Amino acid sequence: MAKPKGILNTGGPSRAFERPSVPSTVILKRLWKYLSHEKWLLVLAIVLSVSANLLSLAGPKLSGYAIDAIKPGPGLVDFDTVFYYTKYMLIFYLCSAVLTYMLSSLMVQLSRNVIYRMRRDVYDHLTKLPVRFFDSRATGDILSVLSYDIDTINASLSNDLVQMFTSIITVTVSFGMMLSISPQLMVIFAFTIPFSILFTRYRSRKVRPLYRTRSQKLGALNAYAEEMTGGLKTIKAYNQESEFIHRFSERNFEACESNYRADCFASMTGPTVIFINNLSLALISMLGSLLYMTGSITLGNVSSFVLYSRKFSGPINEFANIISELQSALAAAERVFRLLDEPTESADAPDAITLDQVKGAVALKDVCFGYDNQVPVLRHFNLEAKPGQIVAIVGPTGAGKTTVINLLMRFYDPDSGCISIDGHDIAHVTRKSLRKCFSMVLQDTWLFSGTIFENLAYGKENVTREEVIQAAKAAKIHRYIQSLPNGYDTMLLDGGSSISKGQKQLLTIARAMLLDAPMLILDEATSNVDTQTERQIQEAMLKLMENRTCFVIAHRLSTIQNADQIIVLRNGAAAECGTHDQLMARQGYYSQLYRAQFDTADCDH
Amino acid sequence: MKTILSYIRPKVPIMSVQLFIKFLGTVLELLLPWMLSTILDDFVPAGETSKIYLWGIMMIVCAALALASNVIANKMATSISKDITLRLRQDLFTKVTQLSASQEDFFTTPSLISRLTTDTYNVHQMIDRMQRLGIRAPILLLGGITITMFLEPVLTMVLVATLPLLACVVWFVSHYGIQLYTQAQAALDQLIRKAQESMTGIRVIQALSKVDYERNQFDTANRQVVVRERRASLLMNITNPVMNLLLNTGLTFVVIVGAFRVNQGITEPGTIIAFLSYFTIILNALMMVSRLFVMYSKGAASGRRIAQVLTAPAEMLQEKQLACDLTANPHIEFDHVSFSYTKVQETVSDIHFSLNQGETLGIIGPTGSGKSTILSLLLRFYDPDQGTIKINGQNLKAYSPDQLHQKFGVVFQNDFLYNDSIGENIRFGRPISQEEIEFASRIAQAGFIWEREDGFASEVASRGSNLSGGQKQRVLLARAMAGHPEILLLDDSSSALDYKTDADLRRALGTHFAHTTKIIISQRVSSIQNADKILVLENGSMVGYGTHDQLMDSCKSYQEIAQIQMGAVE
Repeated sequence: MAKPKGILNTGGPSRAFERPSVPSTVILKRLWKYLSHEKWLLVLAIVLSVSANLLSLAGPKLSGYAIDAIKPGPGLVDFDTVFYYTKYMLIFYLCSAVLTYMLSSLMVQLSRNVIYRMRRDVYDHLTKLPVRFFDSRATGDILSVLSYDIDTINASLSNDLVQMFTSIITVTVSFGMMLSISPQLMVIFAFTIPFSILFTRYRSRKVRPLYRTRSQKLGALNAYAEEMTGGLKTIKAYNQESEFIHRFSERNFEACESNYRADCFASMTGPTVIFINNLSLALISMLGSLLYMTGSITLGNVSSFVLYSRKFSGPINEFANIISELQSALAAAERVFRLLDEPTESADAPDAITLDQVKGAVALKDVCFGYDNQVPVLRHFNLEAKPGQIVAIVGPTGAGKTTVINLLMRFYDPDSGCISIDGHDIAHVTRKSLRKCFSMVLQDTWLFSGTIFENLAYGKENVTREEVIQAAKAAKIHRYIQSLPNGYDTMLLDGGSSISKGQKQLLTIARAMLLDAPMLILDEATSNVDTQTERQIQEAMLKLMENRTCFVIAHRLSTIQNADQIIVLRNGAAAECGTHDQLMARQGYYSQLYRAQFDTADCDH
Repeated sequence: MKTILSYIRPKVPIMSVQLFIKFLGTVLELLLPWMLSTILDDFVPAGETSKIYLWGIMMIVCAALALASNVIANKMATSISKDITLRLRQDLFTKVTQLSASQEDFFTTPSLISRLTTDTYNVHQMIDRMQRLGIRAPILLLGGITITMFLEPVLTMVLVATLPLLACVVWFVSHYGIQLYTQAQAALDQLIRKAQESMTGIRVIQALSKVDYERNQFDTANRQVVVRERRASLLMNITNPVMNLLLNTGLTFVVIVGAFRVNQGITEPGTIIAFLSYFTIILNALMMVSRLFVMYSKGAASGRRIAQVLTAPAEMLQEKQLACDLTANPHIEFDHVSFSYTKVQETVSDIHFSLNQGETLGIIGPTGSGKSTILSLLLRFYDPDQGTIKINGQNLKAYSPDQLHQKFGVVFQNDFLYNDSIGENIRFGRPISQEEIEFASRIAQAGFIWEREDGFASEVASRGSNLSGGQKQRVLLARAMAGHPEILLLDDSSSALDYKTDADLRRALGTHFAHTTKIIISQRVSSIQNADKILVLENGSMVGYGTHDQLMDSCKSYQEIAQIQMGAVE
């Protein structure tokens, strides 16, 4: 099973879910990889399935013997034989039921194992994807792979596989029986079987794109519903309910329509297969009657042939259903595998070293970078920070301040130029050790559903409650936490949607205080914290910054006045650089920015 | 279910036609074995070859008719369920947009999303399958039983005796099965939430090297789903083998009872054989019925969740409007307003201020002091517990939502951007011309839009994740101003702008929006210092109210803030 990774990966990080379809054999092969982990369970399932079905197929035979013992006419019945066979019938049916249940339990076990592994793989893969992936993709779409698509595969695995075994066995046995009864009558199947095969193949070719469109449209609808439900208040405030309802209805219509198209086509299958069966029934009656009249077959034979042909066609009908479910499972698997084929963050360089005992000298030399190739964000950018220095980056929105942070942390890699820490090029440092060197507080705070304590202790292992409380006190959020009904054990629901942005920032500051990384990144860390609180935490912040190389992005220039170095970023390059006093003396852009702070331009003429 | 039924009701006529066609198709199918037995029993012994051909061809015709009617019926069923789902989902979304803010808090956003997606999907499946199998299964079941009744009433009774037992099993399994499935669904929700969180926090997770920790967390959730789903499936899987066993046991007893009756000369062995073949039909029909049952319970559970939203009472009703001058001053008035989210501790208490047309109110105060709540009250997302809020002298409650919300341009904290073009994010569905959008963008200092290759047509990612913090705020500001609103509400909407841009913004606002009444929440004294009135909030109470100069004299909290921020100059 040593297959090269990423067979499906046809060219670059193009949009998932919209690429041309992949041959089912490739998808099946990859699905098999998951199944092959459960090889032994699978073998056991086959054994169970064969025995359960043989037992139940023996039932009619036994009942036939019992009925043979019932001689027509009063007082002629051979009760001993009847009881003998009915006893076995009961035993066989009981065993068959037990085996069937064991089999289905086994398949549940098997499919859950596969699904568990698949979800784990998808999640593991997500954690390895570069930040760029998440910046450009709708969360709802990815989540629907984790839930809807994997569920579809699950349903198909746990039901369809068993059904398939059952069908195959029943078909084989009844085929043998029919052949033994009358090879002449089998001629009819030479006519109807190719017919059903042709139909099934035509159908599956036609239906898969329909199913794919359906998944796509449903995904789009779900993503839209998710997005809009998040913005209800804004929609209401602007009185735009009807407009957004209208837009929702367009997507709703498309989703329903594509579903209709797929279902419509799929719903033809059942009746068609039944028709083929009925056709063969009619042909059997005609041909069978003629054969009977020529004396080459008995009437009893005709009737058992009909019975077995029913048994024979039942599973074939079932097969059509299975195939339609398999089709949607394949479409779902395709989406799962496409996600799994998204290129991961490039591996650490083979000669990558682990950063250890970092002093904190950081240098960016001639760095160029753009999120997409056409729009450069940083152009030949240079920066040098000595250990323990505070470097402030200021500049207008969109100048690339946050981009510098993205590059430092290697969330993105520069297009050209070199970034080094203590003289080591970070391209040759393991990402894990690199990121460990920084603690950061970002503008977009992130809290997860869990207790406040868990959220604060998130970055550091084995932290005591005492330490956490100390940090919270320093970040001036302790009092607020205590006012909550459960204090530090209060659950934050829904990413902390119930608390204000400022409080969230204070919590993330407390989290950063618990880390002891040699370098610190503050990206608008206090933009939503009120001034009094900001001043109260200043002492703690200064302590946090002590002996650390710090990168600070802030609009409130008062917070960065005592930086060792202020870099003014404009149009992707360092326009000015120096201390506060030097820059003020230059009378350049910085001094303009600084003065604007006290510019009391008014809003009431 | 009542609510869902009301969606089905208008479709009853067409559904009856569909069911009738389906009925015809099924009956035609049931006729085929009978025709076969006629050929074998009547024509073959008589050697009537032409009749064999005739009836054979009739069988094929019947089969073809059955095909046609089944295909037509299925298509109709799909179309009917499509129409119902379309309307149901549409109404649900409409209702969701109409929920009051406290109802929204009650249902929670993720749950509303799953009702809009998963639950409507389940209901759709239910309606669809019910139409297709709902008629076929009972006909096969009843038809099979009726025919066997004619063949041998006593033997049929043996069969029928097993039915109550079967019903018990089905009831028991689906009753407990649904509970177990509900638990499994909850575990799955947990898993999805975990994944969603990890995706939004990917930077932090990677920065703190918590990938392994997150993986473990996910693994726990993943295992939980597996355990619960397995438990549910193991129970549900009991149905089939037990049903088979019961029916086959019945079958065995049919043979035994039949043997006695043949022995007494009441019946023929041939009848028993025919009996057994109809048995298969009945068995299959029963399987279908049990599957229908499961499907129904799943659909019904979802239906209930949808109905909960659809039948949520309309809150925030409109009171009678008083005849008065709707341009009268004061434009906005808060009259001793108190409000609490939890009804335990007041979030804001005794808020009191008034603003004339074109005036500006600045609100400043620490994090969590209730600043945003004032805006929520003014937008009537919530009704105050005490006091009244008036616009142009008319109580807020007397305005229709349309009337009220037309007045505002708002930027909330963490406001909402969605996947569409920048222009559309600013237009926000309103009939606003491109010139106005560009004008508003210029005032909002959003020059960056013109620098983009596609300008206003460039795409915004979901939640605006491809824009920087400052760019997001500018787009949002442009949105608020593009409609030339009567009232502009800005909640900390320039925190990500540098001071210079902020100042330019204020200057432009003052020039072009002089007649707009503005309420500005900010952390920066410079942003509000020239406001006509400034409200200083602390723990939900007003600790200061007046102009900058007045407050500098009288309000200690305000002095403190101002000193820290502007100390360098004064």
